[in-house]
Amino acid sequence: MSQSIETFYEVMRRQGITRRSFLKFCSLTAAALGLGPAFAPKIANAMETKPRTPVIWVHGLECTCCSESFIRSAHPLVKDVVLSMISLDYDDTLMASAGHQAEAALQETIEKYKGNYILAVEGNPPLNEDGMYCIIGGKPFVEQLRHAAKDAKAIISWGACASYGCVQAAKPNPTRATPVHKVITDKPIIKVPGCPPIAEVMTGVITYMLTFDRMPELDRQGRPKMFYGQRIHDKCYRRPHFDAGQFVENWDDDAARRGECLYKMGCKGPTTYNACSTVRWNEGVSFPIQSGHGCIGCSEDGFWDNGPFYDRLAQVKQFGVEENADTLGRAAAAGVGGAIAVHAAVSALKRAQHKNEIKKGSSMSQGEE
Amino acid sequence: MTTGMSTGAKPSTAIAGGGPSPAVAGADDVAPEDVASLQKITSVYVYEAPVRLWHWINALAIVVLAVTGYFIGSPPPAAAPGNTFDTFWFGYIRYAHFAAGYVLAVGFLGRIYWAIVGNHHARQLFYVALWSKKWWKEVLFELRWYFFLEKRPKKYVGHNPLAQFAMFFLFTLGVTFQIVTGFALYGEGLGEGSWADTLFGWVIPLFGGSMDVHTWHHLGMWWIMMFILTHVYVAIREDIMSRQSIVSTMISGTRTFKDDLPD
Ligand code: HEM
Ligand code: HEM
Ligand code: SF4
Ligand code: SF4
Repeated sequence: MSQSIETFYEVMRRQGITRRSFLKFCSLTAAALGLGPAFAPKIANAMETKPRTPVIWVHGLECTCCSESFIRSAHPLVKDVVLSMISLDYDDTLMASAGHQAEAALQETIEKYKGNYILAVEGNPPLNEDGMYCIIGGKPFVEQLRHAAKDAKAIISWGACASYGCVQAAKPNPTRATPVHKVITDKPIIKVPGCPPIAEVMTGVITYMLTFDRMPELDRQGRPKMFYGQRIHDKCYRRPHFDAGQFVENWDDDAARRGECLYKMGCKGPTTYNACSTVRWNEGVSFPIQSGHGCIGCSEDGFWDNGPFYDRLAQVKQFGVEENADTLGRAAAAGVGGAIAVHAAVSALKRAQHKNEIKKGSSMSQGEE
Repeated sequence: MTTGMSTGAKPSTAIAGGGPSPAVAGADDVAPEDVASLQKITSVYVYEAPVRLWHWINALAIVVLAVTGYFIGSPPPAAAPGNTFDTFWFGYIRYAHFAAGYVLAVGFLGRIYWAIVGNHHARQLFYVALWSKKWWKEVLFELRWYFFLEKRPKKYVGHNPLAQFAMFFLFTLGVTFQIVTGFALYGEGLGEGSWADTLFGWVIPLFGGSMDVHTWHHLGMWWIMMFILTHVYVAIREDIMSRQSIVSTMISGTRTFKDDLPD
């Protein structure tokens, strides 16, 4: 690794950050990561002694909401993250240079930090038509992605796009937009889903990796457990209303004014893993449910295809019709029930006929032909 | 392996028939057709007590699961406002679902155990003899019987092959599916690292996400509903129309045949 890279602390001091606010940052970060106060000195020590880690941030099919969220991170101040903690060597949205200059910077970073940089991916590559639906620097994005991934230490999939595909991958997915882990299969990948992910979650993940030099603990789907270990519903402050059966039935009813549970309005909190009900948004000001709107499940795989957003039951598209499970089930039950009724009627008729035959003596024993 | 009368089960003679029977000789309302239809009634012990007990506990659990499950998907009208510590209305609905879920799952495990140690009729629920020509022939025969193309049904000691087919595909597979997806969802509530999450948590990403599992679990309910509808209808119909007892067999365990014709 190149000896010339400064440590985080050196960069921070050079940026005019005092030691006091540096230590404050360390303890706040420890708290955000759920590590407890004992870890603050560890973070401080790591930042004082470790060279900062280079990051390459690429953009595929996306709407830039992840970047927008990221630069609104209140803590740790995104200024610290972008300018000091990580050296964001390539990000075609945030960087000053553009065009050929930018592409040259990418190539330079890949060569200089071979095997040591983190590749952050926002958006995903469309694979149809040889990837022509997303062109970066004159080439399909999927080529840039493969190229940059080859020498990366690890990959962060930012947001629902990179993690699962999001809206561009919703059925029928005309461009065959494909999440990163289905294109790059030989690198450790951290999924940080959400549309967008919460800013503090994004910076928290990066801080953890830089401080401890390893990936945060991931769940089965590759999401950091510390932020995606529980559902919105598990920590929702309206949960007591759910258990009581006190539901909002209309957007303008009294229950809505009383702040009761939004389950019947289609809230996807019970099926969504994210930190909104704990970390919240915009410096912890609020989150969708607190503002009276149900969760739409933006951090879940295929959330666009599990709509409608305002119905509890998702539409089933697998059988060529778009109905929910109950409508389908009732139709099938009515069909079977009708068939049974007809069958029962015919059976009764046949039986009456048969009994008559026996009575008439045309057959001597029951059921004989 | 569907058993006709030839499989070695020992029929016990209930009423000795043939000729002017003493059983009806004394009755003063005896008509010629009564005497004509008089036959030997035989019975076989088919369903052992654990199978019968399981059947009714299982049926009850499924009724509770279907009703509460339906309400989990579409909750009843909202409860009155008030302190949330006074009310646990939706909580109880879910609690009943989970409790019945445990009963269903433990019962099903017990039923599997009985398939191993019980008599051979106890095994019919867990396989279909797709490889056997004889089995297919009998299925065809049963289909013809249900389409009114056969005048006289066959006799069976155990389940008839068509019933076995429906029981395996609609019931056994359906219930297994519900137990696996049900406990996967239950594991989400218990939390990561809980026993249900450890055993069944892998199911969630397999379907996509939690919402997909909910939807499939919900469709699973309707799958089992199809079974119940046909099952109860056919049980009652066959009780009347077939040549053997049906409903009482699941209560007493003995199959009684209404005639002694050889096939
Ligand atoms: C015949 C068996 C069963 C039937 C018919 C059934 C039916 C249902 C239905 C219709 C739902 C609502 C799904 C939705 O739309 O969200 C549901 C939810 C659920 N079921 Fe079952 N179920 C069965 C077995 C089980 C078992 C064995 C368990 C295991 C404990 C279980 C656990 C659950 C859980 C945890 C939920 C989600 C509850 C919630 O989100 O609040 N189910 N079930
Ligand atoms: C939720 C409802 C029900 C379910 C899930 C259910 C399920 C089953 C299953 C799985 C079997 C096979 C038993 C075995 O081989 O171990 C069976 C047999 C049987 N069930 Fe049910 N059952 C239900 C309700 C009923 C009801 C309401 C009746 C009475 C009308 C009934 C009558 C019978 C009878 C008579 C048999 C034995 C069939 C035979 O003689 O071959 N069941 N049932
Ligand atoms: S509002 Fe949504 S997340 Fe909150 S308790 Fe109700 S269903 Fe759960
Ligand atoms: S509450 Fe749900 S939909 Fe809203 S941001 Fe959080 S995870 Fe996404």
